[in-house]
Amino acid sequence: MRVGIVGWGAFIPRRRIRVEEIAAVWGADAPSYKKGLKLYQKSVPGADEDTITMSVEAARNALARSGGVDPVDIGAVYVGSESHPYAVKPSGTVVAEALGIVPDVHIADLEFACKAGTEGMYLAHSLVKAGEVRYALGIGGDTSQGAPGDALEYSAAAGSAAFIFGSDEDRIVADVLHTHSWTTDTPDFWRREYMHYPRHGSRFTGEPAYFRTSMASARAAMDKAGLEPKDFDYAVFHQPNGKFPIRVGKMLGFTMEQLETGWLSPWLGNTYSGASPLGLTAVLDIAEPGATVLVTSFGSGAGSDSFVLRVTQRAAAVRDAAPRTRPQLDENQVYVDYGTYAKLRGKIRLAE
Amino acid sequence: MDSPARAWREFGPRYRLEAAACAACGQVSYPARSVCPECRGREFSAVVLPRRGRIVTSTVVRVPPAGFADQSPLPIALVEFENGVRTMLQVTDAVDLERLDPGVEVRLEFRRVRSDGEAGVILYGHKAVPV
Amino acid sequence: MRDVEIIGIGMVDFGELWTDSLRSIWAGAALAALDDAGVSEVDLITVGCMSPGLFVGQEHLASLLADEIGMAGVPAGRVESACASGGLAVRSGFAEIAAGLADVVLVTGVEKMTDVDGADATYALGTAADQEWEGFHGITFPGLYAMLARAHTARYGTTREQLAAVAVKNHRHGLKNPHAQFHLDIDVDAVLQSTLVADPLRLLDCSPVTDGAAALVLASAERAAELRKGRPRVKIIGSGLSTDTISLAGRADLTELAAVRRAAERAYAMAGKGPGDMDLAEVHDCFTIAEIMAIEACGFCEPGRGGPVTEAGDTALGGRLPVNPSGGLKAKGHPVGATGVAQVAEIALQLRGEAGDRQVEDATTGLAQNMGGSGGSSIVHILEVV
Repeated sequence: MRVGIVGWGAFIPRRRIRVEEIAAVWGADAPSYKKGLKLYQKSVPGADEDTITMSVEAARNALARSGGVDPVDIGAVYVGSESHPYAVKPSGTVVAEALGIVPDVHIADLEFACKAGTEGMYLAHSLVKAGEVRYALGIGGDTSQGAPGDALEYSAAAGSAAFIFGSDEDRIVADVLHTHSWTTDTPDFWRREYMHYPRHGSRFTGEPAYFRTSMASARAAMDKAGLEPKDFDYAVFHQPNGKFPIRVGKMLGFTMEQLETGWLSPWLGNTYSGASPLGLTAVLDIAEPGATVLVTSFGSGAGSDSFVLRVTQRAAAVRDAAPRTRPQLDENQVYVDYGTYAKLRGKIRLAE
Repeated sequence: MDSPARAWREFGPRYRLEAAACAACGQVSYPARSVCPECRGREFSAVVLPRRGRIVTSTVVRVPPAGFADQSPLPIALVEFENGVRTMLQVTDAVDLERLDPGVEVRLEFRRVRSDGEAGVILYGHKAVPV
Repeated sequence: MRDVEIIGIGMVDFGELWTDSLRSIWAGAALAALDDAGVSEVDLITVGCMSPGLFVGQEHLASLLADEIGMAGVPAGRVESACASGGLAVRSGFAEIAAGLADVVLVTGVEKMTDVDGADATYALGTAADQEWEGFHGITFPGLYAMLARAHTARYGTTREQLAAVAVKNHRHGLKNPHAQFHLDIDVDAVLQSTLVADPLRLLDCSPVTDGAAALVLASAERAAELRKGRPRVKIIGSGLSTDTISLAGRADLTELAAVRRAAERAYAMAGKGPGDMDLAEVHDCFTIAEIMAIEACGFCEPGRGGPVTEAGDTALGGRLPVNPSGGLKAKGHPVGATGVAQVAEIALQLRGEAGDRQVEDATTGLAQNMGGSGGSSIVHILEVV
C-alpha cells in the first residue's frame, strides 16, 4: 500500500523584524550576528496569532490541495509545538473543531522541542500505513520565544506547516518511502515549568546535539532507502539559523543546489516545530514529478525524524490551490521596530 | 470570567462561519437564529459563509475596552459577503489604517479575538485581512 | 384613552457625584418632583435605569427606591431599554394613566456610573450593543457611532466641522443650565484637537459619564386641573416607541436612525402634529453624529441635511428650531437611565415658561427623543401647553 502526503499547507505571519533592530537595543554587533548565524530577519506573529491560529490556516491550505478530502474522513490530528497556547488544554482540538473534523477523530498535542512537528507527521503517516485511519493530519508550528538579548532572540520566529497523509493513489502528491528516527537523551536546550524563556548549553547545542543527531538520522534513513546524497533532488534539515542546515547538509555530502529550496531560515528565522516542515512545503511548492526528497528534523533533547519522499505528478496540479511558502515569506511583509516587537511578544509587563 | 460554555456553544458560527438560510425566502442569517428577519419563517438550512467579503464601513477604536488593551489601535469593520450577510469583524494585518474604505476587499482568517486575562479562556474566531 | 399631564418636575445637578449614592441621587430628584407637584401620594413609581446591576451591583431597584422615600407598598417597577430607559419610564407612566389604571404616577430615571472604573463603565455601556456579535470583537459605543458617522459622511458629505458644531452649540446652551455637568464654552478647534477615540470621533464628540437623576409627576387631566389651578399646564399629546435591529450588521440603511423615525411618526400620529409644529426639541446627542441623524429622523430637516442645518445655526437657541436647549447629553451629562426623563423635564419646563436664561420664546409644543444603544430603540414624546 502506498502512503504519502495528499495535501500540504504553509502559513507564515506577515510581520518581520531585522537583526539590526534587535542588535541595536542590546548593543550587539549586528553584522557579526548576521554573518555568524547567516540570519537577516525573522517572522513575528501578530498579537492575535498563535500556534493554533497558524495551524488552522496551514491545515486549510493543506485541505485545499487535497482534492476534496472531506474533513470528517480525517481520523487523526496531531499538532506539534513548543508554544501551545495553553499549558493544559489541547491545541489539536481547536484546530479539529475549526476544520470540522470532530468528533470521530484521535487528537494529540506533541512536544519535543523543534521536532514536534515531524513527530506529528511521523504518527500521522504511521497510522495511515497501519490502516487504522483513512487520512491523518500532522502539523508543526510555533510562535517561539527567545530571551531578550540572548542569541536565540535573533532567530526565534513563527510559522506553521500542515500535511495530510493518506493512501489514495490518485491523491498522493509525495510518497513516503522510508522513515527513521534517531533519539538519545542529549540535554542541549530546555525550559523548566513556569520559566518564561528556554535555556541552552551554548556550544554544546552544536556538534554533540544538532550535528550528531541529524547526521545519524539522515544516514540511517538513506541506508534504509539504499540511496546516497547524489540520488536526492532536495534535502531539508532543521534550520535553527542559516548556517547549521547548510553545514550539516554539506557534511553529509549534499550540494547547495539540493539544499537551497528548503532553506528559509535566513529570511524567516527559526520556526522551531515548523522549521523543517516549512522547508518541505517550500520544496513541494516547486518540485518536479519523480523528485526525491530527504527531510531531517532535529529537536533538542535530542532527536531527529527523517523522511525519504518521492514527489508525484499530482503535486504540480494542486500547488496553486493554496498560497505557496515562498510568496508568504517574501511578499507583503510588514517590518516592525523592537518596541512593537516587544509589545506583540508579550515582553512588556502590562497592568494587572 | 468569560464563560467556556458560552464560547463552546458559539464554535459553529465563530470557528466554522456556519450560518442559516431561510427555507422560505432564502435570506441568509449569521449567526443562525430562530426566526427569519425577512419573512418570519422558522425553517432553515445550514450554509457556510464565504471567506471573502467587502468592507461596508469601519472605524479604528483608539480607546479599547477591557481585554483589548494589547490590540490597540483596533480597526473594526462591518463586512458584507456575496450572499448579502453583514457582520462585524476586527480587521487585522492592515498596513494602512487610513485605507479601510467602503468597498475594500477582505479575506477572513482564523485568529485569537481576545483572551480572558492571563488565566482565562482564549476566544478564537475570524478576522478580516485586507486583500 | 385619558389625557395625561405633567404636574411636577424634579432635577438634581448632573456630574460626578462622589458623595452621593444611587439611592440618594434618585431621592433628590423624586422628592423635588413630588414637592413641585404638591403631592405626597402616588399610585405608581416607574424607574428608568440601564444597569444598576453592572454599575452598583443592585437589581430589584424599584422596590429599593420606593422604600427609600417611604413608599414601600406603592406599586413600582424598573424599565430598561439601554439609554432609552428614561423615555420608557415616561411611556410606562403615561400609559398607565391613559389606560385608567392610575391617576398619579411618579416617573423617574437614574444612573450612578462613577463607582466603577472607566473600563468597567465602558463594558456596562457596551451591553447596549450586541454583546456576542459586536462587543465580542472589541467595538465600543464611540466605535459604533463612528461607523455610522463614516457611513453618513460617505453618503451625504457630513463634515468633521459639522459634527463639531453640535458639541459647540450644546456646550453654549449648557452654560445656561444650572444642573448641567459642564459649564464650558468650547469652539470647533477644541473639538477637532481633542483626543481621537474611534476614528473619526474625538473626545469632545462624545457625551460624558455622569451620575444623576430626573423625575416627573404625571397625572390625569382631572387631577392636574385641581393641582395646577392657575398655573401653566403641560400635556403629553404624543408618545411613540420603536425598535430597530440592535446590531449595525442588520440595519437596512446605516445612514438612517429608523427607530427614531418610526417612534417620531407614531408620536406625531397620536398628537395629530408634524415636525413643523415643534417649537423646540431635546434629542439624544450621545455622540455628535447622533444629534445630526436624530434631527433628520424626526423630520426637522431633509435626510443628509442635519450637518449643514446645525452649522447654519438653525438648531441653536434663537434659531429656527432650538435643539437641546438644556445642553443635551453632551453638556448636561448623560446619566443613562435619567436622560429620557430629563429630556421630557426640560420640554415641560420650557413650555411652562420656567427655563430662565435658556427659555425658548413662545414655546407651546416640544418634542423629546430618547434612544437606546446605536439606535436599537427609540422613544419620542410630544408635549403641548394646555
